Amino acid sequence: MKREDIQHLATLSRIALSDSEADALAGDITAVLDYVSEINDITADVADTKEVGPLNTVMREDGAPHEPGVYTDALLDAAPRREGAHIRVKKILDTDA
Amino acid sequence: MTIAELRQKFIEGTYTPIDALKRVRLVIDEKDSDIHAYLRTYDDAEAEAIYATKRYEAEGSAAPPLLGMPFAIKDNILIKGKPATAGSKMLENYVATYDATVIERLKEAGAIFVGATNMDEFAMGSSTESSAFGPTKNPLDSTRVPGGSSGGSAAALAMGACVAALGTDTGGSVRQPASFCGVVGFKPTYGAVSRNGLIAMGSSLDQAGIFAHTVADTETIFNVIKGQDPFDATTVREDTYPEVPRKEMYRIGVPRDFLREGMDEDVCKVFDANIEKIIAAGHEVVDISLPMMERGLAAYYIVMPAEVSSNLARYDGVRYGLHIDGQNILEDYLKTRAEGFGTEVKRRILLGTYVLSAGYYDAYYGKAEQVRQMMRDELAGVFQNVDLIMTPTSPVPAFTLGEKSDPLSMYLADIYTVPVNLAGVPAISIPGGTVDRDGATLPVGVQFIAPHAGDARLFDFGTKVYDA
Repeated sequence: MKREDIQHLATLSRIALSDSEADALAGDITAVLDYVSEINDITADVADTKEVGPLNTVMREDGAPHEPGVYTDALLDAAPRREGAHIRVKKILDTDA
Repeated sequence: MTIAELRQKFIEGTYTPIDALKRVRLVIDEKDSDIHAYLRTYDDAEAEAIYATKRYEAEGSAAPPLLGMPFAIKDNILIKGKPATAGSKMLENYVATYDATVIERLKEAGAIFVGATNMDEFAMGSSTESSAFGPTKNPLDSTRVPGGSSGGSAAALAMGACVAALGTDTGGSVRQPASFCGVVGFKPTYGAVSRNGLIAMGSSLDQAGIFAHTVADTETIFNVIKGQDPFDATTVREDTYPEVPRKEMYRIGVPRDFLREGMDEDVCKVFDANIEKIIAAGHEVVDISLPMMERGLAAYYIVMPAEVSSNLARYDGVRYGLHIDGQNILEDYLKTRAEGFGTEVKRRILLGTYVLSAGYYDAYYGKAEQVRQMMRDELAGVFQNVDLIMTPTSPVPAFTLGEKSDPLSMYLADIYTVPVNLAGVPAISIPGGTVDRDGATLPVGVQFIAPHAGDARLFDFGTKVYDA
């Protein structure tokens, strides 16, 4: 894996990397991928299920769980940038783009 | 002292929760500036200890089962109003807004929280060296690691800085540090204990786990924290799995072919001595074959980073945690995550992003999930013939700080613990003996694995053979 490949993955992962960081990670990740690729030597004779255990439908009464607003302040207080009852973020639509 | 012993004294009034907390704090003052098991301790524990002491006077043996017991809690388990950093700069200033279900249940049972313990960042590591707040040392030999990722909890218990502790186990993060520090470490059946309020790493693998001095203490704590939870839909019902009965005599399977490469010779000797001990106690030990287990480690290092990459996408500097300002929202994300995450976390996020990419998905993630299913099938087959499976917990005793600087060599040391998480079965690490290494006496754990919902069988076997 090359520096450009790592930088591409880093962009997808929303992590800024310096080139020296990318170079170090390229070595590590190549080694791990070489190792985990062993898995392709196994002939799989089962379906691709992605189930951790027996599947259950979990039901509960469709009632109001709590009074509206009781957790609002506690949750908003955790936000790095709060404005009144909102979390402040930068604009996500850029007309120049 | 154990929970059982303390409880007896608390009821008799010969020793009180106030005394127990004082003792624990003395140990922390004496040793923890060097060991660094705790990230912080809580002053309100004192008021709790006073209250618990009064309750024992009033209620005696009717007091709840963990009343006044000083607990250490891994710093990725939420306690309302307290910080929960997960060992990361990303959450350095985060304060939990609710109690994890396990915390709620411990509180109801009267447990006292002494403090929060150090851990590998977001539970990613096997040595507690990847904590953003510096490593924890092994209290039995401070040149060595306590294991990880719940190294702080294991170290706190081993040095007497609590009576029991909670950790989390995604690939061995409770059992391996328990082995390195000479205490009991237990990972329940997946779904036996709620994950609500645990900071997620790999959601199909994570379970809250228990550190205690004895198997009996472990069982006491498990009975408090286990059970269905409306906030975690993966928690299992009593009848989700077939009943796993207790027995007078157990048949233990040892996967000989799986126990060769990379295993330390002295650890081998300790393991063999434990087989003798089990036979002497009247149980049967037979050879079994688990060819898929060996392959499991590779599957784990695909499934786990895949889940990490999606779970950790939530740390975006918007709703909570670190925020680093950039020119626009994309830069906010890039800078926040660059600054907030350490190297091991970044490595796993990138790896996970890669194995989930279009074009690679089938070769890695899809294949790994198939192998995971084959492992489950293999285990189910073996459990037709044996009651429990026995392996070492770790192929090596505690290694020295900085010894495993190459990530792959660190990963390979998890060989015996990760298949358990992939299969979702319960397992316990029990101190099985010691080895001498460079003048230090280091503990070695033995791991026992049971079928799904066989948690109580592990406790039954463990108390019979090891608590006596």
